[in-house]
Amino acid sequence: VSSTPIETEALVAAPPNGPGWSEALRRFADQVGPSGPVRVVGGRTHHAVGGIGDSLVREVRAPSGGIVHEPSELIVRSGAGTTVADLNSVLAAAGQQCALDPADPHRSTVGGVLCVGWSGLRRLRYGPVRDLLLEARYVTAEGLLSRAGAPVVKNVTGFDVCRLLVGSLGTLGLIGEVVLRCRPAPPMARWCSGTVDDPAALRRKLLQPSSVLWDGRTTWALLEGHRDDVLAEVDHLRKGLGFVETAGPPPLPTAGRWSVEPGALRHLRAPSDHALDAVRRAGPFVAEIGIGTVHASVAAPARPIDGLNARIRLAFDPNGRLNPGRSPW
Amino acid sequence: MWGRSRRARARTHANAGDDRFVAELRASLGGSAVLDGTTESVVYERDASSLDPARPGVVVLPKTTDDVVAAVQIARRHGRTIVPRGAGTGLTGGAIARVPDGTAPPVVIVCTRMNQILEVDADERVAWVQPGVLNLDLSKHVASLGLHYAPDPSSQQSCTIGGNVANNSGGPHCLAQGITSAHIIAIEVVLPDGRVTVLGGLDPDPAGYDLRGAFVGSEGTLGIATKIAVRLLPIAPDVRTIIAAQILPAALEMMDANCVRAIEDWAQAGLPRDAGAVLLVEVEGPQHGVAADAAAVERICRAQGAGHVRVAANATERALLWKARKSAFGAIANLQPNYDLHDCVVPRGRLADVLDEVTKVVEAADLTVLNVFHAGDGNLHPLVIYDRRVPGVVERVHEVARRIVEICVANGGVLTGEHGIGLEKREFMGLVFSAVDLDAQERLRSVFDPDRVCNPGKVLPSGSRCGELHPGNGRAFADLPEGLWV
Repeated sequence: VSSTPIETEALVAAPPNGPGWSEALRRFADQVGPSGPVRVVGGRTHHAVGGIGDSLVREVRAPSGGIVHEPSELIVRSGAGTTVADLNSVLAAAGQQCALDPADPHRSTVGGVLCVGWSGLRRLRYGPVRDLLLEARYVTAEGLLSRAGAPVVKNVTGFDVCRLLVGSLGTLGLIGEVVLRCRPAPPMARWCSGTVDDPAALRRKLLQPSSVLWDGRTTWALLEGHRDDVLAEVDHLRKGLGFVETAGPPPLPTAGRWSVEPGALRHLRAPSDHALDAVRRAGPFVAEIGIGTVHASVAAPARPIDGLNARIRLAFDPNGRLNPGRSPW
Repeated sequence: MWGRSRRARARTHANAGDDRFVAELRASLGGSAVLDGTTESVVYERDASSLDPARPGVVVLPKTTDDVVAAVQIARRHGRTIVPRGAGTGLTGGAIARVPDGTAPPVVIVCTRMNQILEVDADERVAWVQPGVLNLDLSKHVASLGLHYAPDPSSQQSCTIGGNVANNSGGPHCLAQGITSAHIIAIEVVLPDGRVTVLGGLDPDPAGYDLRGAFVGSEGTLGIATKIAVRLLPIAPDVRTIIAAQILPAALEMMDANCVRAIEDWAQAGLPRDAGAVLLVEVEGPQHGVAADAAAVERICRAQGAGHVRVAANATERALLWKARKSAFGAIANLQPNYDLHDCVVPRGRLADVLDEVTKVVEAADLTVLNVFHAGDGNLHPLVIYDRRVPGVVERVHEVARRIVEICVANGGVLTGEHGIGLEKREFMGLVFSAVDLDAQERLRSVFDPDRVCNPGKVLPSGSRCGELHPGNGRAFADLPEGLWV
């Protein structure tokens, strides 16, 4: 254990509301209670995603702190209210990372990032945030403590309720504590940028880019890994394509976050009858090549949704008390 | 095919209701797609577990999504339950057509004829496949494009992508690349009410809840996958496979002494026969990182007192080492006629202690255990071998099975890392989940399948044990197809 454990507990399966649940989690469950509308608040960096909600509704906050990092297990336990920056500093001290990657890690909380379910710019290399969550301890709509998943990296014991919670905007349960998968931090990371005809082709050429971004003119690439591999690839980009090293990614427009098939990003090159033409016309955009996320200057349109979604919400929260007014669709 | 030896026991048990049911299925799917309890359906009465078989009422072999829809709708009209099935390589009874008492006899929907690779987008590294495509066939199909499908269960020669989705299958390379769920981006599903929907999508953040993630690993209880979009990965530019002997497990695959000797007798892969254990480590990626990692692995192994460290010199030697690992099952068949295979995960730091405890329990019961497993994930596969003709041995095997689960849970582990719950471990779910936890899973199940018609009696525990489970009458190695393993 590399950090100072605050409110630690044994990593064993435990019955809810009995021994094994930390005092902080029990307090959180008490705050949520069994009835009446309630909304969970993190760093308020994304509190308008999926609807602003009712500001008169009682607010609760998930416990912060409680970080227990186990470097040899490549896992970390944390209160959901912990800021991502605090989590990152504990992990970095042991040479590890967890690619939650919100834009403002000093304000965004671990639970907030998972609730919103938006992956960061390094998704191309490290996968979506939903794959990071191994265990969630959450408060149900009935005000009871419940657990999904377990603190091990491989687990098919029962249904995968963790996956449902990520991106649910707190409508199925309020996450109080999580166990996340970590990995060794890359020894070197370099951003560089330049101009290429086809950023998708560049992405395929690079060995394992952590991010490839494109704003319609310039392409940025983030290369991470062993020093010699990174330097060799940076050198190749510099000499072969005239790229230059840059301090980081470009600023991302925040008016809209579009999710399209990555192959459709080509429609951003020139006028077309694809829905993305609205993004091209609206102003600056940054597209995540190979992923399909577009940070746009115009809001994304609503999308059709299967009726199963509403039934899931009703099944988990029959009275609609959790985060009323917000919806992941 | 292992089931043919049972042909003599085949019988028909049709009645008038069955006749109408079968006639409707035949009219809709074609005669050759429907087997009605006669000889041919015998091969679908069990999976690769040691659980008792159960004869399916009717077996259908659809080729298209429309066939599956028709089969589900007809089954529902006749009040039948549904058991989805892939290649039958599952190890926990998930595809066995045993349903709770009082439930209508099931129709088994076998997806092996839905074996088309529908579309490969090499640029975006995505393929749409039917569920009956074999795991290894997919990787072979896209190899010429420099791509592969990463999850590699050891049964990959015979297991299907649909079965992998149902079980959220693992495999040796899941340590670095993640298990099946991380590689499935969209699934066309026939729901238990016969409606077709797509869960997930090719875009990064499909609207709504992650129903795709909920479906993966649901063991056929939420519907039937009929089209699957998988993510493909580029084949790594450099790869090194290292074997190291006589150290405490630190990474990836481990084989214990009993296992190494059995494998060498069988596969002659050049593993050190005198080693207490063999560790198989693989690193891959860009050239310099691989060289550095491989050197570090070698250094650590030597520092830990490894007797031999060998780096596979070329692709042929690497293939031979993996063949040795994945053919362990056939090798062990030489030792005893019956086996009971376990699958549990513990925190990696607990591995050595758990192995010791398991060995003690097995030896106290006068049985033999072999271990070949995914050490890097903390995923153990104790394999208890025995001869069921010995009086009292089956009871001892059952007791050991229960104790192994208890040991893993007591060490902070879970019931299963990659084989699933199926019939085998339902009764243990209460060891790791509270009533509140299980209630959340029931709610999810109920949204997809309110009438409990899709693979009823699997995964979630029933209120009582009600005699549905008859584990461990001793699956014989001789019954199994080659290449079958975890």
